[in-house]
Amino acid sequence: MSTVSEALVPPARPRLAVWKLASCDGCQLTLLDCEDELLALADRVEIAHFFEASSADAPGPYDLSLVEGSVTTPDALALVRHIRAVSRRLVTIGACATAGGIQALRNFADVAEFRAAVYARPDYIDTLATSTPVSAHVPVDFELQGCPIDRVQLLEVITAHLAGRTPGIPDHSVCFECKRRGNVCVTVAHGTPCLGPVTHAGCGALCPSYHRGCYGCFGPSDSPNLRALVPLLRRDGMDREAVVRLLRTFNAYSPAFARASTALEEGEDASAPQPAPTARGDGPGPDEPEGAGP
Amino acid sequence: MTHGSTRVLRISSLTRVEGEGGLHLRVHDGSVTEARLRIYEAPRFFEAFLRGRHCTEPPDITARVCGICPVAYQLSACQAVEDACGVTVDGTLAELRRLLYCGEWIESHALHIHLLHAPDFLGCADAVELARSHRVAVERGLRLKQAGNALVELLGGRSIHPVNVRLGGFHRAPTRAELRPLAERLRRALDDAWETVRWVSGFDFPDAECDEDLLALARPDRYAIEAGTPTVVPAGGGPARSFPVADFTEHVVERQVPHSTALRSELDGRRHLTGALARYGVNGRLLSPLALQAAREGGLGDPAEGAACRNPFRSVVVRAVEVLYAVEEALRIVDGYQPPPRPHVEVPPRAGTGHGATEAPRGLLYHRYTLDAAGLVTDARLVPPTAQNQAAIEEHLRRTAQTRVDAAHPRLPGEAELTAWCERAVRNHDPCISCSAHFLELTVERH
Repeated sequence: MSTVSEALVPPARPRLAVWKLASCDGCQLTLLDCEDELLALADRVEIAHFFEASSADAPGPYDLSLVEGSVTTPDALALVRHIRAVSRRLVTIGACATAGGIQALRNFADVAEFRAAVYARPDYIDTLATSTPVSAHVPVDFELQGCPIDRVQLLEVITAHLAGRTPGIPDHSVCFECKRRGNVCVTVAHGTPCLGPVTHAGCGALCPSYHRGCYGCFGPSDSPNLRALVPLLRRDGMDREAVVRLLRTFNAYSPAFARASTALEEGEDASAPQPAPTARGDGPGPDEPEGAGP
Repeated sequence: MTHGSTRVLRISSLTRVEGEGGLHLRVHDGSVTEARLRIYEAPRFFEAFLRGRHCTEPPDITARVCGICPVAYQLSACQAVEDACGVTVDGTLAELRRLLYCGEWIESHALHIHLLHAPDFLGCADAVELARSHRVAVERGLRLKQAGNALVELLGGRSIHPVNVRLGGFHRAPTRAELRPLAERLRRALDDAWETVRWVSGFDFPDAECDEDLLALARPDRYAIEAGTPTVVPAGGGPARSFPVADFTEHVVERQVPHSTALRSELDGRRHLTGALARYGVNGRLLSPLALQAAREGGLGDPAEGAACRNPFRSVVVRAVEVLYAVEEALRIVDGYQPPPRPHVEVPPRAGTGHGATEAPRGLLYHRYTLDAAGLVTDARLVPPTAQNQAAIEEHLRRTAQTRVDAAHPRLPGEAELTAWCERAVRNHDPCISCSAHFLELTVERH
């Protein structure tokens, strides 16, 4: 809390830095999309490093660093360590920075083959075998999910960090937002496959509002029950490969989605009748064929 | 860095551009012998992981190539897959796509004009600094950007990676009542766009001239945005020629140059330019009367009489004129809108190859997909505008640097000054480096 004497001398403005790793720039663009707040924000904080928006580049330390993008190159690895070292608080913004992004599909494939498929001279391309979230390499103070992140949530995160409080970002599922919005459930009413029950809130239940099933771009919610949802997706017409693809998009490498898609791919079919617990364990092993039961 | 009479300038991080790139310049005995745009944006391998995806997925997946022009990716992808499946989307659904695209042009151009490009002309580091001296203009720009975003948000659900686009059209079509409030906002945006043309046309433009062939989509009835036929206006005049979208990669060829790891595009063996200047040169006469008037008053000449703009610094005026046109087009579509009977037409998958091209704010964006009988993608190819423009950007970079070297003769210009000019030469083309990440140069040349 500021005292009267502190108020007489204007404190130095908190210093904000915005960084980019492998990404589409959409999450940092979200900051520039705060058209009503941008100039006011710039009065309150010093935007000290933001290459997409400014040629000015003031050295650290920074009070708050927002990091977009995933770690896919040796340079990026060095950069995240540098960012951590010069930042009081480090917040990752978006699916790339928090879960590895769509480019983490390489984590399920052979990166050398990927490289050869795109580049005539793959030997020129310096890339790591995996795309990983920032938190895999340095401690992160807060992770804001979404592909892209939500503008209002971004402002909340910035405001909260400046005020020294915890951001008020609920980690429940999209279903909560959908109900609040008064939508008719697309799964219950129309049999549309929807990832809403396992997906982190934040978008405002956009897809169901546009008569479409949620495709999980905000990543997993707190304790997502994929084991219950996958059979519903299968019931509503998706084959196993389609469910794997649905789970393997922008948050493919988030632990919950990765576990579920890998289990499906390796043959565990969650839509099969769940076997009664046996002496061996609580379900079919990953190497058993689809639909296998005891 | 000086090596005898050779001087090498490196700019490690370009600012106020989308994505990550740097510059490399070599000056030898007063001549700029080498100018390179280095792209070190990390590779993400879109074309590799698109294989095996269902044909309904490329619109959402490729949107993630670029957060600034996701609509361009979605609509080029839709068009290519629909082409593979033998489906044409027309009528109201095509108009709605054009409306959505107008929103992206407005927001992307307003961003580039006010937040990225204008600071160059007024000696500022960014829009925040610019707002101290030009608050009204910056606020007007943000308002325009917001109007474009509002359009994309209404039709697409959100402005970055919209959720409402699908093969065959939309998941849900807006009602007339939903679109109506936009009209009021767009009318105000029309005034803002007009003022923006006036504002930017008063900037101080250095002399410069580009001599690339101009490549843009064209259609007989309107200024092409969401569809058209690739059309070339050759440098130095001569008749325009066009070719089918399906032949795109026969004409625009990516070539690996020995001294660089970057792939460069050539159009029929020559350097070409795509984007605002190209569109204006190819289609300027098809602008609306109001946009034509703005162009004339903005010093661009009369495109109805064949005037083109070949000064890359003036591209900011062309973009402002395009914003005005996009606002007018959006108003026209909103005012005449009758909801379609269905929000989308069916696109039954079949084996085949399809091609799609649209005019992203920064230039022609081409997609090609090959599908198997089950509708899975077996091959994907994306050719983004900045990849096509790289050779032209480097040539403009070389010329701009040469101008500064000549001006400072016999001394060399200061590094900061040269850097600023080089960055300006690149920014003139609104490069989208994340988009170009499949033509990466990642090796660093050592000296």
